[in-house]
Amino acid sequence: MSLAELICPAGTPAALRTAVDAGADAVYCGFQDATNARNFPGLNFTPYELAASVAYAHAKGTKVLLALNTYPPAGKVDLWRHAADTGAQFGVDAFIVADMGVAQYIAQTHPQVRLHLSVQAAASSPEAIRYYCENFGVKRVVLPRILTIPEIRQIRKEIPCEIETFIFGNHGLMVEGRCSLTNYLTGQSTNMDGVCSPASDVDYRRHEDGSMSSQLAGFTIDCFGPNEKAGYPTICKGRYTAPHRPDGYYAFEEPISLNLSRLLPDLIDAGVHAFKIEGRQRSKSYVRGVVSAFRQAVDDIRAGRPANIADLVALTEGQKQTQGAFETKKWR
Amino acid sequence: MACTVVQPLLSRIVRRIAQEHPSLFARLGAHQSTDFLIDPVELPFALHLRPDPQALIFRAVPRDAAPDAGATIRGQFLLLLELLDSEQDGDAAFFSRDLEVSGDTEAIVRLRNALDDIDGSIAEDTAAMFGKPGRAILSRLRRSYSDDTKGYPQP
Repeated sequence: MSLAELICPAGTPAALRTAVDAGADAVYCGFQDATNARNFPGLNFTPYELAASVAYAHAKGTKVLLALNTYPPAGKVDLWRHAADTGAQFGVDAFIVADMGVAQYIAQTHPQVRLHLSVQAAASSPEAIRYYCENFGVKRVVLPRILTIPEIRQIRKEIPCEIETFIFGNHGLMVEGRCSLTNYLTGQSTNMDGVCSPASDVDYRRHEDGSMSSQLAGFTIDCFGPNEKAGYPTICKGRYTAPHRPDGYYAFEEPISLNLSRLLPDLIDAGVHAFKIEGRQRSKSYVRGVVSAFRQAVDDIRAGRPANIADLVALTEGQKQTQGAFETKKWR
Repeated sequence: MACTVVQPLLSRIVRRIAQEHPSLFARLGAHQSTDFLIDPVELPFALHLRPDPQALIFRAVPRDAAPDAGATIRGQFLLLLELLDSEQDGDAAFFSRDLEVSGDTEAIVRLRNALDDIDGSIAEDTAAMFGKPGRAILSRLRRSYSDDTKGYPQP
């Protein structure tokens, strides 16, 4: 039976405490380096902060999952191994990994700690997921956001591990762990350096007419009209002009967030074990609001009551939300 | 004139924050020496912040005499206050266009993350520094904005 665990983001120790106090079943976080996919300036945990945070979470019955979900460049695995050793020493409850070498190291060195397969591994078929389970003892897979609920239900029947799905936040649809768009423009890698659209390469410019353009490494990603809602400066959510589209169009995706609040009962019924809220880069305010809303909703569903989901659209990218592929693959 | 009146208060406030929350400087990293211009659009002055623990600067400046800032953050005063206290989400305020940023984006992200890691309310701690009158002013300020924030003209 699905336990519908609520897996919540934390970019700082204060955000972790906020998530715990708001009712998270587990909180995921990362170190201040390239070992995780939110390696943003001023974000994340020192080893000392992680130790204190694990103690805080465990004292309140909340698990801590350590994201080691980037790919070590060739010959530079020591940073990831050391991070795993540190996390195990402080008693984290699971590692979230993408790279097979990292998975193998943890499986051999810290077999007592659970392994979760990150969405960055982009494992979307029963065959791929079983491979990770059989070879590294993976206990849970975080599924890419490209599957319908009937597809998830079918996968669940064919794999020997738990399923975690995103339910709120970034609607990342690129083949995760393979996206090189940021690397193409900035030279930094989302998958190896942990930075998607690094802030050091982002520039916002306000124009005389009140419009605002966002640039990455000197390339214009979008230009928002004076009263238009804005999105993140990521290439995949950019709006571009082309000879056949002189007014500009979203070539890949739109600035929009995933919100599956209405599909929670269906996801539970399909056998999803854990619900993940995206947003380690967001504030305590976001963590408090989103975690509280989903805590209430999950508790209502577990108790057989209709879930009453708070309106979260103000926290969504571009102030727009979608159920994406979970509802239908024709969402665009 | 307004700058002169508020200056002693600002100096006291920033020294107190630095004293009580020294960990925020580590998250700022090299941007401790960045000059931030914080521009509450409806006030008669802007605020110049250089969060260098060795030489803290937090002063009111006339807009036409503001220093060359490495990063600028602009919005209504109460929004900026609520962002300081994590009562509002900075990304959401950016999406809605209520918050405007320019200049060194990394500096702004570092400042935001450093402040977000502070527990409690800087606004309330600051108000408490001035006793009962300070708390009353903060309360009145919040009430006045809750009545009148929507539809304020864009900067």
